[in-house]
Amino acid sequence: MSVPAFTGSNVVDVDAAKIRGAGSNVHFDKVSVAYGTHVVLHPLTLDIAPGEILAMIGPSGSGKTTALRAVAGFVKPASGRIRIGATDVTDLPPYERGLGMVVQNYALFPHMRVEDNVAFGLRAQGADKALIGERVKDSLATVGMSGFAGRYPRELSGGQQQRVAIARALAVRPRVLLLDEPLSALDAQIRRNMVEEIAKLHRDLPGLTILYVTHDQTEALTLADKIAIMRDGRVSSHGATGELYRRPPNRFTAEFLGRANLLPVTVAEAAAGPKGMATAKLGDAVLAGAGRSEKPGDRTLLCIRPQHLSLTGDEEHTNRIVGTLKEVHWQGELTHLVLDVDGTPVRVSATRLPVSLPERGSAMPLFFTPGDTSLVPEDVRG
Amino acid sequence: MADAVALPAPMTRRVPGRLWIVPPTALLALLFFYPLALIARQAFFDDSGVANVAEFARVLHARFFLNALMNTITISVAATAGCLIVGLVLGLILAFVPFPGSGVIARLIDTFIALPTFLVTLAFTFLYGSAGMLNAGLMEMFSLHAPPVDFLYSTWGVILAEVTVYSPFVLRPLLAAFSLIDRGQIEAASVLGARPFRIVRQVILPAAVPALIAGGSLCLLLTVNEFGIVLFIGAKGVITLPLLIYSKAIQESAYQVACIIAVVNIVLSLGLFGLYRLAAGRLGV
Repeated sequence: MSVPAFTGSNVVDVDAAKIRGAGSNVHFDKVSVAYGTHVVLHPLTLDIAPGEILAMIGPSGSGKTTALRAVAGFVKPASGRIRIGATDVTDLPPYERGLGMVVQNYALFPHMRVEDNVAFGLRAQGADKALIGERVKDSLATVGMSGFAGRYPRELSGGQQQRVAIARALAVRPRVLLLDEPLSALDAQIRRNMVEEIAKLHRDLPGLTILYVTHDQTEALTLADKIAIMRDGRVSSHGATGELYRRPPNRFTAEFLGRANLLPVTVAEAAAGPKGMATAKLGDAVLAGAGRSEKPGDRTLLCIRPQHLSLTGDEEHTNRIVGTLKEVHWQGELTHLVLDVDGTPVRVSATRLPVSLPERGSAMPLFFTPGDTSLVPEDVRG
Repeated sequence: MADAVALPAPMTRRVPGRLWIVPPTALLALLFFYPLALIARQAFFDDSGVANVAEFARVLHARFFLNALMNTITISVAATAGCLIVGLVLGLILAFVPFPGSGVIARLIDTFIALPTFLVTLAFTFLYGSAGMLNAGLMEMFSLHAPPVDFLYSTWGVILAEVTVYSPFVLRPLLAAFSLIDRGQIEAASVLGARPFRIVRQVILPAAVPALIAGGSLCLLLTVNEFGIVLFIGAKGVITLPLLIYSKAIQESAYQVACIIAVVNIVLSLGLFGLYRLAAGRLGV
């Protein structure tokens, strides 16, 4: 198969969409990966829409990198098929898949100048000289590295090297861009900047399909249209980023994505519909939250984010619980409180504290709105 | 500001005993420099102690010396080239083609380094010699009266034996260099559309150049001085410098001639050793 990026027709699409490639969808069809008898990826069925950023997140060993490497062609699925666009790529070697990839340690070629690194894929695919020059220039401009074309990788900082790695991947007009923990090797400040830059990059290149593997939920929440949370080689949950954050479908998702507080409650009144409000009892308190399909009497979890808990009540914050103040951690713009509510630790992130905070060990009320609350099934598997 | 506090004068740093230089220097002088000096003296002075540069010049222009020098250079360069090719191909397979037992094979190849060089030659005579397995098989198969394969007792036989013996000297540093190559670079190149040959040429080989130079220089050095293989094969007309020195000193008792040739051999070896150290320094081994 020839990589379609450098057919003559592509040469004309420079300027308004200089780097904009026609993104393809990625389809995992019951893809499993095993090393001997050890299954590292259980049958996975998942779609990434054209132009979508899907973040795969999960703890180490959850199978997220294996899934990405299966798309890249470095891991042979034990079963199932992978399609990119209309092409079944399962049996194609990596060099025939038309992808771009950026990895954690940049993997720049140390003996080549920046411009040669960026031109590498184009030369490998037999692009003509004029096109190579143009694409190298455009790709470096896209990542703000035009002034560094003549440097060697060793002469660049980590963030600059990562930009070059992205430019190198973009230069070949990939059908899908694979990002494997691309910011893990950078320090916190540069990582924050790079997340913003990747978000901007995707705004500039809305057609680019991106599979983004990370263990950092902040990167996933900032960048992804959709998130797939992996656990033990399976997808624990998959959905639109906002929805997954606001209404996590299971305990693992709630805890992994945003470290939600999960209070064990008993359903008092079921929700009227899938998006209706249910009420649940926590001790004597009756709390309202978005329900699913719980029935009265069901034991479930009430999910509330630390930043949605208020120390003061008003007509919106109608849910009220009382806890015992255990710890207070001031972190500049935020103060983190930890309270014990019926034996469950509850974290509160407050931007503003009352003038007089109770002593540690004192009872303290917390308030939150039903709209920020959802019921999450207590699922052992997550 | 507080008053300055007078610090005690720094203690005089005790210089390690300078006399420790004597034992190693004496040992080196006795075992290495003195014999070398004797050879050099014998090369440039006659038995009465008079400088004899004319004899030196005569040997350097003699046909037997020039032939031996040419043989030495031809064989060592060809054997080194063969070692580089064999070592590189084997190294690439062992390092980058995943197959069970690759580590065991790498270690087996390493054991060649531990074996005396003439053992391979002995094995070669069993395999490719006039009465070896190959010739016997071919003679029987095709009802031939004379052995058809006759390369062993020629320059090619010496080169093949040296390639077999010395390829591990290229393979070892190459495998070390390959192990340092970031696999991410190879994967990135592959995803970008590079086929295996391009990856070898543009990603792997540039990283392996110092190892190739170091291994190649070592091979060149060893093959220039190879004695056992050449002697054991006994190829007609294949006389190298070490063999010529042996022949002049032991068989003809022409010690001055032997020493003159030895001086040339030493200069050649030291030059190659300098090249090897330079390359090894770049590789960091």
